[in-house]
Amino acid sequence: MRTPMPAQSDLTPPDASEIEAVIRPFLALEGPLLPMLHALQEAYGYVPESAYAPLCAALNITRAELKGVLSFYHDFRARPSGKHVLKICRAEACQAMGATAMADRLLKKLGLEWHGTTANGAVTVEPVYCLGLCACAPAAMVDGKVIGRVSDARLDTVLAEVGA
Amino acid sequence: MKIYVPMDSAAKALGADDVAGVLAAEAQKRGLEVEIIRNGTRGMIWLEPLVEIEKDGVRQAYGPIAPTDVGALLDGRVDTHGSVEDIPFFARQTRLTFVRCGLTDPLSIADYEAHGGLEGLKRAIAMSQDAIIDEVKLSGLRGRGGAGFPTGIKWDTVRLAHAPQKYIVCNADEGDSGTFADRMIMEGDPFTLIEGMTIAGIGCGATKGYIYIRSEYPDAIAVMSRAVEIARAAGVLGVDILGSGKAFDMEVRTGAGAYVCGEETSLLNSLEGKRGVVRAKPPLPALEGFLGRPTVVNNVISLATVPVIFAKGAEHYASFGLGRSKGTMPIQIAGNVKFGGLFETAFGMPLGELVNTVAGGTATGRPVKAVQVGGPLGAYLHPDQFDTPFGYEEFDGQKALIGHAGIVVFDDSADMLSMARFAMEFCAVESCGKCTPCRIGAVRGVETIDRIAEGDTGAIELLTDLCEVMTDGSLCALGGFTPFPVMSALRHFPEDFAPQKEAAE
Repeated sequence: MRTPMPAQSDLTPPDASEIEAVIRPFLALEGPLLPMLHALQEAYGYVPESAYAPLCAALNITRAELKGVLSFYHDFRARPSGKHVLKICRAEACQAMGATAMADRLLKKLGLEWHGTTANGAVTVEPVYCLGLCACAPAAMVDGKVIGRVSDARLDTVLAEVGA
Repeated sequence: MKIYVPMDSAAKALGADDVAGVLAAEAQKRGLEVEIIRNGTRGMIWLEPLVEIEKDGVRQAYGPIAPTDVGALLDGRVDTHGSVEDIPFFARQTRLTFVRCGLTDPLSIADYEAHGGLEGLKRAIAMSQDAIIDEVKLSGLRGRGGAGFPTGIKWDTVRLAHAPQKYIVCNADEGDSGTFADRMIMEGDPFTLIEGMTIAGIGCGATKGYIYIRSEYPDAIAVMSRAVEIARAAGVLGVDILGSGKAFDMEVRTGAGAYVCGEETSLLNSLEGKRGVVRAKPPLPALEGFLGRPTVVNNVISLATVPVIFAKGAEHYASFGLGRSKGTMPIQIAGNVKFGGLFETAFGMPLGELVNTVAGGTATGRPVKAVQVGGPLGAYLHPDQFDTPFGYEEFDGQKALIGHAGIVVFDDSADMLSMARFAMEFCAVESCGKCTPCRIGAVRGVETIDRIAEGDTGAIELLTDLCEVMTDGSLCALGGFTPFPVMSALRHFPEDFAPQKEAAE
């Protein structure tokens, strides 16, 4: 589960030995790349560029192959998110309960586009296509914690909690 | 006394963790001896958090319970629904796959066994591979992920393939909006999936399994991972399954937010650590799947249904259903409905009965305008089609599909042109990019629908033609099925695509 991330300014890119320590436990797996990328993102909040060379060396893949994988999946970030990540479901069941207008109001209020981070770095707002909470729509998730029947008021509470 | 508070993520999303916390504190304050069990959900999401109190072996249901209701609940001042089994929504169901979901502690293997768990596996262990495959064929089980391919035939192909290593891969990349059955069973009865995969492994001669769970399901990943460890410790997984000398083990893997990875070949690429692009078929994954080896790729519900087939016998399972749609389907009722949740029933119930009676119509109280069945690639059905029985062939006849059996209800405020546009937009966002009809077609689809919205009625013909190209030319169901929601919206709700719409508003 995602934990809140340190502020961006606290981060210096990890060096190769640190990266190797994170990815080493996965070397014996069949198809180890995604577990490694998840572990890196869990550790740093994003997949740092300093991880590319150790990953490519460990798996005998090219930098192009690695970049191809990183860019394919919505989950992997090239830079840190805000301290907290608020995901709002945009899928049909939530739309049937007014999620589209609710998300529009939220983004407008924060002055953000999807994937944007508030100026104070507190929260990044991302779209998600289904959290499997379709019988208690609209749904959202804050740092891995799920919320059902989300309303404007509930979102305000969430924003206050994460300091946005 | 025992108190059950679900740990299913839908219950959590509605405050179940807080309720459990307050209950524990309040019970301690009162000096009550209480065992709080975090069960799965019974599937009646409008009643969540649904708390059950067991006294003298009898469980009484209360819900929805807010943290502030806990005092009154312990005082006995909250009205009960009686037993869960007597709540009409539940009483009407035929629970085979979900028989234990919400009843047991999901992470207690003793509880699992006490409620019929492992019976199927014990029976399968004593059977030959031939007999195992025959049992699955006889049950009539078809792929519950959406394609409806006969599970036994898929297993047989893998069984007959020659390879040093074969795999069972469980597709738990449940990305369709309106579906949550996979999540519910993984969070509520994970051992049934493990048991089903183990039977598949024994039947096909595969010793290794993977469960590929989407990253949007952190709770399911946690429960499933823990359940695998428990099963291994209990000897249900490992080199000597229940002392049989047969081997099977599995790993839980996490997806990375790509909808298309629910497509089996794309999932296999993702599992291998590649971009989740779709592979051309043939070769079938059953012959050249994970790492090029014979692989069964089955949906969670298909595999989780296997134990009951073996425990009760194939004939028992096949005695439910309609025509070639045998057995039961966990139908997920979602969106704008009064009673949302999971309703497992034999195939054959008319759609209208599901929407109007079981789901109780819309939550907003407004008339039902449309129902999307089968996720973002499923057709929108009009109330005129409500007498369609819930079955693979019956829906096919309506140019629709049941998919993973999620039904999303919309009231009359829905604008079907925007829903059609969303379907194309979603396809454009999630396309893996391998084939042109999907990659380019979806983008052009959004543009074309925008032209229709601006009053260009000539673009309707263009959209129709584009959908035909996508249907015929796409490599997988993402591009190939996106025309289902688009064309059904256009066919059944032409007024939403008419030029006077803008003027009238």
